[in-house]
Amino acid sequence: MESYTSTEILETKRMIEEQGLDVRTITMGINLLDCVNPSLDKMKTNIESKIFSLAKNLSRVATSIEEDYGIPIINRRITTTPISLLLGALKIVQEIPLEDIQSYNDPLFQKYNIKDLKISHEAITSCIEIAQCLDNISEKVKVDFIGGFSALVHKGFTRADLCLIQSLPKVLSITERVCSSVNLATTRSGMNMNAVKIMGNIIHQIAMNTKERNSIGCAKLVVFANAVEDNPFMAGGFHGIGESECCINVGISGPGVIRSVIKDQKKADFETLAEIIKKTSFKITRMGQLVAQEAAKRLNIPFGIVDVSLAPTDRPYDSVAGILEEMGIQITGGPGTTAALALLTDAVKKGGLMASSYVGGLSGAFIPVSEDKFMTEAAKKKILTIEKLEAMTSVCSVGLDMICIPGSTPPSTISGIIADEAAIGMINNKTIGIRLIPVIGKQVDEIVEFGGLLGKSIIMPVKNTSCEIFINRQGRLPAPVHSQKN
Amino acid sequence: MKAIVSVVGLDKPGIVATVSTTLANYNINIIDITQSYAHDFFTMLLIVDFEKSNITLKEISEKLKEAGDKIGVFVTIQHEDVFRAMHRI
Repeated sequence: MESYTSTEILETKRMIEEQGLDVRTITMGINLLDCVNPSLDKMKTNIESKIFSLAKNLSRVATSIEEDYGIPIINRRITTTPISLLLGALKIVQEIPLEDIQSYNDPLFQKYNIKDLKISHEAITSCIEIAQCLDNISEKVKVDFIGGFSALVHKGFTRADLCLIQSLPKVLSITERVCSSVNLATTRSGMNMNAVKIMGNIIHQIAMNTKERNSIGCAKLVVFANAVEDNPFMAGGFHGIGESECCINVGISGPGVIRSVIKDQKKADFETLAEIIKKTSFKITRMGQLVAQEAAKRLNIPFGIVDVSLAPTDRPYDSVAGILEEMGIQITGGPGTTAALALLTDAVKKGGLMASSYVGGLSGAFIPVSEDKFMTEAAKKKILTIEKLEAMTSVCSVGLDMICIPGSTPPSTISGIIADEAAIGMINNKTIGIRLIPVIGKQVDEIVEFGGLLGKSIIMPVKNTSCEIFINRQGRLPAPVHSQKN
Repeated sequence: MKAIVSVVGLDKPGIVATVSTTLANYNINIIDITQSYAHDFFTMLLIVDFEKSNITLKEISEKLKEAGDKIGVFVTIQHEDVFRAMHRI
């Protein structure tokens, strides 16, 4: 019989009871490619019945694991195949003239005048109906979010991609649980700058459509470079096309645990810091893997990956910036921040990789400003700026996340920020997500309250200088030299 | 199936009796028990075996909590796998 020391037992109990260790999400990835049908109604029925048959027990099983193992499981989620891959089957979408779409993919057709998109109202409505169908079924199976209302446009658009993107302002303002993502750059293929331009406008429109609720619609959309196919976290999760029919992915968090282990290490050298972060990350990943395997067993669905990502919440100890400040950075955003974050992200990944052979998703540290109390404080003090966050995103696991900017920011400037971030991802072979919230009606320094996990934040200043001429150029940024690996 | 029971609270007579009686009532066997004591604060850890019991972890968890509340100690129970996953390579 295995025996445990009281130190070990109490360490685990403290992690859960005092330091906020939890399983952030059990996410079921579901392939929907076999739901395609030229008829909208049939496609909706197919989607509904497939999701229901696979996910009907997800929430109940998650609760039973919570009870048996004494580990809180905060969210139950579903990710689906990027929906734009299904939409192309619809007759109404096929009626969009190909020439209109191709002018977006090859600007040489009409070099100085890309046609205004003429996507029919009916085609957009079809996309909205699919999104509503996803929203309804996720309510029915009692999941918190459903991710995958997505398009992969890094090298160009299909008709369906453009339809889906054009439907986002409406979709994200009328649905509750649907999350969306658009991948517009990869290291392998470069950056679709036409998509960058369009997404600046779309984000602005989503903000306008949800202005009564602090433009919260934008929190449900992530723009990506090098998006991953097995991300269990929202808003950017989708079930990639290389994935299996259905699998269970688990996202585990615990910034409070890491913070408390380094709290007592005021004089430790960097090797010691890295070691204790690695060991702690190992332990929490093992717990995540245990939950993932148990969920997979109880649902009779294969286990996919564990994603160990330090994700802040509004609980006081659950802060990534708090960890950096425990390391000796007075205020996050000051000199030393990027190096401290690099040490943290890398050590978390290494501990996770030792604990599970199937670490995936985004694994590392998230730096969503509004969700992290210390980061919001640092932004209030003007030490943490968008420019510094941009530098930090080159070493964290995602990107510019949950950043509130003035509602008056021009769409081309939003596109400029997206392009800068995506360029970091493209050149450095790294996943980058961008979740900007232009809060309509709010100015720099005003406070925005989102409530729940999304927290509250301050409107951060954006440099008031135009990039419109740059953004209005057409085409694609060529892939970097190291894309040629074969 | 094995689980780990932990009991934390101010020391007083009857803690071991209360917890072990509750476990015995549901045919749960205690296979290891350790206790420590610092500044009037009492911590007891038990490894228990459910092999001959019909009760679920959720049900016994509620019973233990009830029993603990009566004498003012905090009792929790967790599946052994959690500790094995975390502390054993």
